[in-house]
Amino acid sequence: MSEDGQARNHWFDDEAGPVVRPYAMTRGRTTSPAQHRLDLIAVVVTEPDAGDPESDPGLSPEHVEIVGLCRGAPQSVAELAAELTLPIGVVRVLIGDLVHAKLVHVTRPVPPAELPDESILRDVINGLRAL
Amino acid sequence: MIFGRSERGKPPVEPVTLKILVAGGFGVGKTTLVGAVSEIRPLRTEEQLSETGRPVDDTSGVESKSTTTVAMDFGRITLREDLVLYLFGTPGQERFWFMWDELSEGALGAVVLADTRRLEDCFAAVDYFERRSIPFLVSVNCFEGADRYPAEAVRQALDLDDGVPVVLCDARERGSVKEVLIGLVRHAMDHAADRREAALN
Repeated sequence: MSEDGQARNHWFDDEAGPVVRPYAMTRGRTTSPAQHRLDLIAVVVTEPDAGDPESDPGLSPEHVEIVGLCRGAPQSVAELAAELTLPIGVVRVLIGDLVHAKLVHVTRPVPPAELPDESILRDVINGLRAL
Repeated sequence: MIFGRSERGKPPVEPVTLKILVAGGFGVGKTTLVGAVSEIRPLRTEEQLSETGRPVDDTSGVESKSTTTVAMDFGRITLREDLVLYLFGTPGQERFWFMWDELSEGALGAVVLADTRRLEDCFAAVDYFERRSIPFLVSVNCFEGADRYPAEAVRQALDLDDGVPVVLCDARERGSVKEVLIGLVRHAMDHAADRREAALN
């Protein structure tokens, strides 16, 4: 794309940045049917009886990697995005696929309306003190 | 994958996760603060700017930054096996407010980090949290070489409500940052109690 002659043939230029590649992994989808709004700190847990995701031809290497990462220890959406170096939007779609395939489930963080629960906040203070 | 299956039958602990936001102007030390208490090196996650964000995507002055992504640094503190706190540095520029909206949803509270040499840089953050009644405190990062002002002077300069705590800190010091976070959670508890009371009356 940086070649002068070629650049003119494209409707976009380098300034547009890498607009194509990440969402190619989701086959162009920006949402997935099973995707409830995933918070950045929602935790992804691999189902204990999830089989070998590699045997599923419908899954990409990135899908397989997420299942593997969350099998060791549950991971937040933000951590997965950082680990896979993919934009959060892409990771959300991939997780949605995996939820749909019943390979993982997602635990919702404490709902905002219930958040200021005193006992949890007290636990946080005690936890911070003990650091 | 080499993950053993020996733990079969014993499901992994699914922790309760909470988040605290760290806001403030560019270069005020947000990532430093996160790094001081995080058990992991601050991670970076990126979101791509949507097309609707483009017309206002004026990057003059920050040419070295990508024009298509907004990055957030975050850290993690495992308080207990089943209780994990995440700290998110909010994207520096105000134009990324669409990310702030998502970040602040369900947040326990926010630390607004201030530099007394550029106090105006945190006006936007103070205003943002005030409007959404998200509990926050202002933490003055004591940069070497910067004049020290009493907390009260900072409060007046920022026109803060009486209830908003103002504390001095050193964003590089783990102990100092711990105190800031404890102060914020305490404030969040008071805030919640006030709201409950208001709801009853």
